[in-house]
Amino acid sequence: MTQAEFLNIVIPFKDKIFRLAKRLLVSREEAEDATQEILLKLWNNKTKIEEYKNVEAFSMTMTKNFCLDKLKSKHAQNLKIVHSNYQDKNTSLQKQIELNDSVNWVAKIIENLPEQQKIIIQLRDIEQYDLDEIAKMLDMKNTAVRVALSRARKSIREQLTKTHSYGAK
Amino acid sequence: MELNNIENLLEKYENGETTLKEEQELKNYFSQETVATHLEIYKPMFTYFTVNQKETFTKTVPLKSKKTISYKWISVAAVAILLLGIFFNTPIFQQEDDLGTFDDPMTAYNEVVKSLELISNSLNKGTEKLGYLDQLDAGMSKVGYLDEMETKTKIIFK
Repeated sequence: MTQAEFLNIVIPFKDKIFRLAKRLLVSREEAEDATQEILLKLWNNKTKIEEYKNVEAFSMTMTKNFCLDKLKSKHAQNLKIVHSNYQDKNTSLQKQIELNDSVNWVAKIIENLPEQQKIIIQLRDIEQYDLDEIAKMLDMKNTAVRVALSRARKSIREQLTKTHSYGAK
Repeated sequence: MELNNIENLLEKYENGETTLKEEQELKNYFSQETVATHLEIYKPMFTYFTVNQKETFTKTVPLKSKKTISYKWISVAAVAILLLGIFFNTPIFQQEDDLGTFDDPMTAYNEVVKSLELISNSLNKGTEKLGYLDQLDAGMSKVGYLDEMETKTKIIFK
């Protein structure tokens, strides 16, 4: 397999790998490193790639496992990276600030969700994967994915309402 | 009517029962400037999802094939060149294979005798030169006296 062929396979989902890594590792740099690592692993196993039925799903599973491992070793070292680079671009309009602010809130709320819910929200609401696909990627049952998704969505909404009413008072 | 529909969809959404198409509908609805006030709480959520879809990975990944492969081929090339060099330099290759034959056995015999004589002549020339080795021996025996001298000087020093 040549480099061009490999890139053709990888390009459609490399951003998805990056976003999932960023969702889990939070910091952009860490996510970039993780993505690079995953792509290199794929490249080194390029002879096997043709055997996989779904390279994309396989890569997402790989990313998930890689990031969770990374987080585990971070916890073990008692070293937690807190890195929030959410940007406020426009400050001219009050409404826009508010909206931006609540968008940031969503990011923070998701950041505090349990890891599994984080992954599921990322895969479903941002990357728009089928529930069946997600179930395969995470090695879970379809119903379990649905339940976790519903829980995650509800807790995001509840916490948003909380912060919103807090601001209003 | 439409609002009703959205509310229904939201409920389904929270139960994780919406299809991807329905979720896209929700995203479209909440990307509008104005939404119903009691639903405004959902707006940042869907905005966040839509915005986040656009984040891309910009770093380039250095893709290198394994180096060992190229080394292997270099050695193969080296061996090939070596073999070619040896092949073209061998005297066998430079000699003409066809030396000709004699039809008459008598002339062939004479030729063989001639060439054997030639060989023995030059061999004798070589052995004549070996005669000088006698002189070398005589010289060597003279050098032998040095040993005697040494033993004698040793005695003197004692």
